[in-house]
Amino acid sequence: MRLGYLTWGMGLAGIALAAPAFAQDAAAVVAEAAAADPVPNKGDTAWMMMATALVMLMIIPGIALFYGGLVRTKNMASVLTQTIAVASLAMVMWIIFGYGLSFGGDFNQFISAGKFFLAGVTADSNVATFTDGVVIPEFVFVAFQMTFSAITIALIVGGLVERMKFSAMMVFAIVWLTIVYYPVAHMVWYAGGDAATTGLIYGWGALDFAGGTVVHINAGITALVGALILGKRMGYQKELMAPHSLTMTFVGTGLLWVGWFGFNAGSALEANGIAGLALINTFTATAAGVLFWMLTEKLLGHSGSLLGACSGAIAGLVAVTPAAGNSGPFGAVLLGALAGIACCLFVMKAKPKLGIDDSLDVFGIHGIGGIIGSIGTAVTMLAVLGGPAGEDYQLGAQLWIQIKSVVVAIIWVGVGAAIAFYIAKALTGLRVTPEVEREGLDLGEHGERAYNY
Amino acid sequence: MKLIVAIIKPFKLDDVREALTALGATGMTATEVKGFGRQKGHTEIYRGTEYTTNMVPKMKIEVAVTSGLAPRVVEAIQQAAHTGAIGDGKIFIFDMAGAVRIRTGETNDTAI
Repeated sequence: MRLGYLTWGMGLAGIALAAPAFAQDAAAVVAEAAAADPVPNKGDTAWMMMATALVMLMIIPGIALFYGGLVRTKNMASVLTQTIAVASLAMVMWIIFGYGLSFGGDFNQFISAGKFFLAGVTADSNVATFTDGVVIPEFVFVAFQMTFSAITIALIVGGLVERMKFSAMMVFAIVWLTIVYYPVAHMVWYAGGDAATTGLIYGWGALDFAGGTVVHINAGITALVGALILGKRMGYQKELMAPHSLTMTFVGTGLLWVGWFGFNAGSALEANGIAGLALINTFTATAAGVLFWMLTEKLLGHSGSLLGACSGAIAGLVAVTPAAGNSGPFGAVLLGALAGIACCLFVMKAKPKLGIDDSLDVFGIHGIGGIIGSIGTAVTMLAVLGGPAGEDYQLGAQLWIQIKSVVVAIIWVGVGAAIAFYIAKALTGLRVTPEVEREGLDLGEHGERAYNY
Repeated sequence: MKLIVAIIKPFKLDDVREALTALGATGMTATEVKGFGRQKGHTEIYRGTEYTTNMVPKMKIEVAVTSGLAPRVVEAIQQAAHTGAIGDGKIFIFDMAGAVRIRTGETNDTAI
């Protein structure tokens, strides 16, 4: 989102239901509602509902199949289960207090406070988009943002597969969403009434169209920290751990790519030209990512591979996320190409030497790709690359804002993730027993197999 | 009676079956197996991680025949399964102590 949002008119039914503690806020909103009362456009609303469903498709079954195909047969069901469970948990938490802490109302630069249990949100309440006087229903905005929190926690699963307890995953998810995701979403996307309540990073003027920082750097750093605390899988770099089905991974890649149109173009919050720009960029950056990952493989002396093509697609999608509406289609190609090359080099050359078993390369693709995209967005804005920057655009200044934002996010996420993993470790033991790991998490953790044949 | 066990390239199974049928052999058992001999395996690479596979997929066939037919069966398998490339496989010949057809209770030469 380029801008935060403000609450417009709120229905009387919601006010009647609100607890006394909300009475003052409600009174203020009534005054506001009387002043200006824009009505949601049906086209915008229909598109945003569609976009929300598309992001859901990225999670179930998109990312679940993408990850599932990459693990061994004996752990397939556990990956699918972990993905659907943490995503569902994120949805329930979102309406209880996630939305409240991220977007619920002015509090400070790090969190919001208000609208817990969505109190006061009704079918008549709207949120502003980026065009003056244009609104969409607040329930649609709540749901759209809900899917973002759900996919971010689901992405992290990839770094921890084949060895983390299911109970540990759930405890981790509760703590992590609360102390990492909600504050970061607030810091990057919330426009408050004044500087003291506007999100810290948003206040600096950082560009993050669809979540390069909030979703991808967030997930990438967390998976890296988690893989470090959790330790390597037994037999890592010794035993055969080849993907059990690249076909599943391919299907997952397709669902992610298509779903990403909702994720990126939906982040315009309207059905307009900016959404169209984000749409075409989501094609071009991704295509470049596919080609340049495979080219890098070739230059490293290997064959261009299906897994390389799928990985390159995700790298391109990740890199264009913060730039989706902040770049021309050719700038997006450059970003996708750069991410394809850099992520491939990291995953194939640097990671084996690090000795950290970030199993499905969440850091290597979402972390590295997210950092490239978030910093690169300052460059793709340039009019000379076809970006939407105006005459007064200062590349150096914007570049510094982007870098500063990335560094703050990395520190916040790194520390928060470590806390969340250690709490999960204290409560659950974090890791399955060696017997369960050898036998597979499908049987050991869930008492079923993904395949019976 | 002889039991002839042959390890052959999987795509040669039909050729071998046809050759044996032509000779009058009335049965055969085939199993998918893995193994290695002089033929080496191959390497797979996933995101830079290399896995070397030492075991090569092969087809194992077992044929029980009368002692008189055995030399011609061995010769037929050798010719039908032959490509000339490394990894064509091997044929092993065992003396067989007895045989029983379960349906009728017939034994030895009449059972095979």
